Amino acid sequence: MANDSGEKPETKMLDELEKGPWPSFVKEIKSAGQTSASAQDLLRQLELSYQEKKGHWKHGGLVGVLGYGGGVIGRYSDAGDQFPKVAQFHTLRVNQPAGWFYTSDAIRTLCDIWERHGSGLTNMHGSTGDLILLGTGTAELEPTFQELAQAGFDLGGSGSAFRTPSCCVGMARCEWACYDAMKLCYDLTMAYQDEMHRPPFPYKFKVKCAACPNDCVAAIARADLSIIGTWKDEIQVDESAVNEYASAGLNLQKDVCDLCPSKCMAWDGHKLSIENHECVRCMHCINVMPKALRPGKERGAVIMIGGKAPIMQGALLSSVLVPFVPAEELMDTLKELIRRIWDFWDEYGNNRERVGELIQRVGLPVFLDGIGLDPVPEMVSAPRDNPYIYFQVAKDGEK
Amino acid sequence: MPLFEVEGRSYEVDEDGFLQEPERWNREVAKDFAATEAIADLTEEHWKIIHYIRNYYLEFGIAPMIRKLCKETGHKLNEIYKLFPSGPAKGACKLAGLPKPTGCV
Ligand code: HEM
Ligand code: HEM
Ligand code: SF4
Ligand code: SF4
Repeated sequence: MANDSGEKPETKMLDELEKGPWPSFVKEIKSAGQTSASAQDLLRQLELSYQEKKGHWKHGGLVGVLGYGGGVIGRYSDAGDQFPKVAQFHTLRVNQPAGWFYTSDAIRTLCDIWERHGSGLTNMHGSTGDLILLGTGTAELEPTFQELAQAGFDLGGSGSAFRTPSCCVGMARCEWACYDAMKLCYDLTMAYQDEMHRPPFPYKFKVKCAACPNDCVAAIARADLSIIGTWKDEIQVDESAVNEYASAGLNLQKDVCDLCPSKCMAWDGHKLSIENHECVRCMHCINVMPKALRPGKERGAVIMIGGKAPIMQGALLSSVLVPFVPAEELMDTLKELIRRIWDFWDEYGNNRERVGELIQRVGLPVFLDGIGLDPVPEMVSAPRDNPYIYFQVAKDGEK
Repeated sequence: MPLFEVEGRSYEVDEDGFLQEPERWNREVAKDFAATEAIADLTEEHWKIIHYIRNYYLEFGIAPMIRKLCKETGHKLNEIYKLFPSGPAKGACKLAGLPKPTGCV
């Protein structure tokens, strides 16, 4: 029952997923199916899966391009005789530009390459951050890779590797950026090409850079190492702009002060005061009054470790590792820190154990000792999962 | 199961070209598979790695972790990629006659 006939796939059950006001992947695959035979077979196989309530993708394959141990995720159908165009349906991860900025020319080039060599289906972008090219055969991998390289693109990470780092749009568009997340992301990508393309670790290692505590890339929940922008001094206040918000009808008491998690703000009808040493850098007040409030001037980032989604064990949020690093010292600090973390994890990590799981197993004090960081008592007795509190520098003579 | 045929010999392999009958492995098998992994000649360096992986597999039933492989054979990871261009998992393990290393992504 090979389907080269050019007939449209029968998709009675999938059609249900086109109904309603929201976007539909069925609609998108159908539209790709107008020019792509593999997109059509993809629909046919999925329709069958819905009828039988059974998946038809086999356990992962092992394919790639020469010189690299990652960047391609192998997929095979167990119904390849029925759906020959998806018998092999491998995914390529392509390293996205920092902040996901492309020229329309670059996107056209990528899509043209993919229509020639694959299903034409893309996922821009995957949750890892990479640009995902979905569905091609083993023989197409090298030619696709060559063309991507000529167009200035490279594959991203997969498997037990340094995964393609990703970042928020940061300074390119956002007034709240406390450091240049795009530059840091690019610099980290270039610094660890070996670890990205040739998986050396017990398991995957993800780094995500968010330039302020709004954390638009959800680094805290998804990255083994999160770098989240913050500030050390005081929130900058423009008092006349505060009063403009008030006269325009903003209820400062209810919508700003009462919602401040550390209750460190007060509004007397004319003046907004903030007890900055109590502020936990949650961004709430700044998000509500962007014209009146902005992050402080002494900016940098907090470095956190151990976030991950569930697999061997449950989900973990990251814990604070270094509470504040000034923006201009970030890259140097990270290079040193990453080297020590990898050494420790390489030495003691079990196969398929994320660094966060290793820390849970051996305990934070042992880990900190292993990487040569002095533990702060607060870190050890109850590791902080809130990155936004800044420890005040001890005054002379204090602890 | 697909068949991999070379000079009159044929092997059962999986879709990624891994030998399905590990007990059939010998030096000739490794040589036969080398061409599929873009390796022209098997040198002493290749053999050292192949034998290490093979023996580890016979003893423990799995492939060694990358770090262990590098440490025990004295090769840096990028040197292993120079010898086996498709890498230790896809290249070296295949030549050593191991079944496909597991792991989804
Ligand atoms: C047993 C089968 C499968 C398992 C266990 C599996 C598991 C996973 C996991 C764990 C990830 C996240 C990887 C990471 O970022 O570290 C992932 C990503 C992905 N998988 Fe699968 N997968 C399976 C089948 C498939 C199939 C059949 C396809 C396509 C035909 C596919 C396409 C993708 C894509 C495109 C991504 C990247 C998504 C993103 O980054 O947002 N997977 N898969
Ligand atoms: C509707 C169901 C699911 C969706 C849409 C989904 C989607 C995803 C996506 C987009 C990622 C990449 C996350 C990131 O790197 O930011 C991911 C990661 C992952 N998923 Fe899922 N997933 C689903 C169900 C599952 C199930 C049932 C399992 C396991 C039984 C699973 C296991 C994983 C694992 C292990 C990862 C990698 C986590 C990590 O990077 O720490 N997922 N999934
Ligand atoms: S994380 Fe902060 S700096 Fe980055 S885009 Fe979001 S709000 Fe802007
Ligand atoms: S940033 Fe958050 S904690 Fe700090 S003053 Fe504003 S609302 Fe309060």
